[in-house]
Amino acid sequence: MNRPDDNLKLARGEDGLAMEPELREAIGNFKSSVEAWSDSALSRPRKAEAPARANLGLITKWALGSAVFVATVSGGVYQNHRQQEFAKAEAARTAQQQRELASQRAQEEADLMAKVDSDISREVPSALEPLASLMEENQGTGN
Amino acid sequence: MINASAEAIAAQEFDSVVAVHRAQIFRFLLASTRDVDLAETLTQDCFLKAHRNWSSFRGESSALTWLMRIAINLQKDHWRNRRLQFWRQTRTNAVDLDEASDWLPSGERTAEQRMLAKEQVAHVWVAVESLSERQRTVFLLRFVEELDLKEISHVTGMGEGTVKAHLSRALARVRKELGEKK
Repeated sequence: MNRPDDNLKLARGEDGLAMEPELREAIGNFKSSVEAWSDSALSRPRKAEAPARANLGLITKWALGSAVFVATVSGGVYQNHRQQEFAKAEAARTAQQQRELASQRAQEEADLMAKVDSDISREVPSALEPLASLMEENQGTGN
Repeated sequence: MINASAEAIAAQEFDSVVAVHRAQIFRFLLASTRDVDLAETLTQDCFLKAHRNWSSFRGESSALTWLMRIAINLQKDHWRNRRLQFWRQTRTNAVDLDEASDWLPSGERTAEQRMLAKEQVAHVWVAVESLSERQRTVFLLRFVEELDLKEISHVTGMGEGTVKAHLSRALARVRKELGEKK
């Protein structure tokens, strides 16, 4: 029977690399194994090979995945942008309302003050108005 | 007429080179990749490239070392392209280490001897798998293809000292792997 490392035609120490018997045997078996595998693969019947072409399924998956990703991201960005715009418009509208309300109040206060001023500036209280008009009439007739 | 006959001779020479070295180139690529289909493709590419450049082969090195150098470069290019094309499905037909260890020549061995041999082969595969690309190439060229240091140096473009250093580290790794099984 052949020794397992007979296949390994290496003189011991040929490369200046010492190899103990077990290592030689293992490497010899390895070489024999690779040779057996290679011989078997070379003698196997050949398969008809389909021409190399791009993997359409994979490309489609990538394209769809990318589209979904882009749509999700751009949708989120757009939504965020919309929310910001809406918030700005809302803030502007609220500020405008507040300004109008303040202006309205100021106007009301001004009217009220004007009315008070007008009331105070009357020479005669309203309850004595008939008497005052009577006195004016008397002065007019010279009595 | 003279041209045609020179071409015919060159073609005949190339055919004989293919016949002599095809199995060895395939075996080296198979051991390097553990992928039968890939090894076949790269072997075909190797001989196609060699055929295109056959006229420039001056015979300064042996045809085998020239072909091995082409095969190694093709293999490097393949893995480099594979890394760059990261979006491609990483489908590989590489067999796992157990399956690779199943191959043993049908010699006159007992069942026990075959089991032991299979176990040893599996450990060497594990060690080979853990080697760097250069160490693996040097190891396979030395111990499977049985090129000498000078030839390996010529094939890989490394200095003989570097080849020896890679070989020494590879052997140490195999030794360690075999030691760990005990």
